[in-house]
Amino acid sequence: MKFTEEHEWLEPNDDHVIVGITPHAAEALGELVFVELPEAGINVSKGDDVVVIESVKAASDILAPLDGEIIEVNEALVENPALVNEDPLGAAWFFKMKLTTPSDMDELMEEDEYKELIG
Amino acid sequence: MVLGTLSQTRGRTLAELKQTPLYNLHVELGAKMVPFAGYDMPVQYPMGVMKEHLATRTGAGLFDVSHMGQVVLWPRSKEYKDAALALEKLVPIDVLGLEPMRQRYAFFTNDQGGIQDDLMVTNLGDHIFLVVNAACKDADIMHMQDNLSADCMVEVITDRALLALQGPKAETALAKINPEVANMKFMDVIELELNGAKCVVSRSGYTGEDGYEISVHEDDADALARALLADADVEPIGLGARDSLRLEAGLCLYGNDIDTETTPIEAALNWAIQKVRRKGGEREGGFVGSEIILDQMENGTARKRVGLLPAGRAPMRDGTPLFASETDDEQIGAVTSGGFGPTIEGPMSMGYVPTGLAAIGTEIFAEIRGKRMAATVTKMPFTPANFKR
Repeated sequence: MKFTEEHEWLEPNDDHVIVGITPHAAEALGELVFVELPEAGINVSKGDDVVVIESVKAASDILAPLDGEIIEVNEALVENPALVNEDPLGAAWFFKMKLTTPSDMDELMEEDEYKELIG
Repeated sequence: MVLGTLSQTRGRTLAELKQTPLYNLHVELGAKMVPFAGYDMPVQYPMGVMKEHLATRTGAGLFDVSHMGQVVLWPRSKEYKDAALALEKLVPIDVLGLEPMRQRYAFFTNDQGGIQDDLMVTNLGDHIFLVVNAACKDADIMHMQDNLSADCMVEVITDRALLALQGPKAETALAKINPEVANMKFMDVIELELNGAKCVVSRSGYTGEDGYEISVHEDDADALARALLADADVEPIGLGARDSLRLEAGLCLYGNDIDTETTPIEAALNWAIQKVRRKGGEREGGFVGSEIILDQMENGTARKRVGLLPAGRAPMRDGTPLFASETDDEQIGAVTSGGFGPTIEGPMSMGYVPTGLAAIGTEIFAEIRGKRMAATVTKMPFTPANFKR
């Protein structure tokens, strides 16, 4: 599993990666009450706003962590946004994407580097 | 992702923030502390905003609202009526007719008919007790000193905490400490001892639930709060849930829903202006901005504060622009408060719209992230009030 400075995790799985947000981010946001997902099939560039999430406190965006194609989104989160707080590393993944350049993953942080970042 | 809430609290110096007498208790309870109106305040406890909100609606919640301003007006003549008549120059409220040991909602108005702050006014027999908003208290105190000093001594109380105990089990919990509080009705005020400390207790609050607000000396506040929290039905509640509770209850937040630019009539607070201060009343007008406000009361206003229920799940937060239709270019108003209501299990907002679109059931549109989303003008409160009348 790799991490971004934007508090996302990426888990390689066959020919694609699964993307979610870290427990640290989920806790900082507070209970999620709204999730808006992109459509599967769209191409995104690193840094694009792809998901909107709202907690009891505020709205935030999840950015595309790398270039690629969104191939699947987790519709269960639309029905039950609180899942993100309950299981951020597991059931509450946000989308799966096929990376344009799979080796881009190498530039992302390892878990210990991410832990250092969040102190 | 963009973690606004994280970056906000980072790198800010907390050194100049004031602490309430319950600061140590908040930290001990594991509260997340944030700067609010110059104070370091608990925004939530480990339970989280959603569960804190629901715990208040079903049990009882204890809030630290010691950041709010407590002020006493002592009439120089020793007669309540003289302090009441003086204060009536600043508020469009019947202060004179307020019975002893009763409380009433009020607001300071300005020359344009706008609202300078909203407050609670209590007749404590030979003097008036006021509770004002934290962010406005310095300005309020100056305003009263400038305008009331001939008739009153304005005493700013800085050594008392303010606690709120709210929810359907508030009465049972507080009555365990002093059974007398069970006899009080909504907006009654009593001076009594709680946990060995002399307190001023009102049956009031900011959640739409039954409950009490307790003014207690700072040295006794921690022990009283702990005594209340010892009850299994009482949970500590932070500012996060305080905001969602008051919004579900349809109550205005000063600075968001009402401010110096909104009049009480635009804000649909006509109910708070008693007949005796209205046109044709015995003490008609005579308050700051009364010509504008009384004229609006007779002839209406161009815009009005309304409740809004979004059709979808997306919260419409403060600042969200409002439109008459899905395609109209002209913005007609804006959301002033909005969020998710844990009790109604959905989003809710309040905001200002043209009076022609303010009727219950009118469909309007809000623009969120470039998309127009429908919302329906809705009667407030969003959750039924649960007061002990």
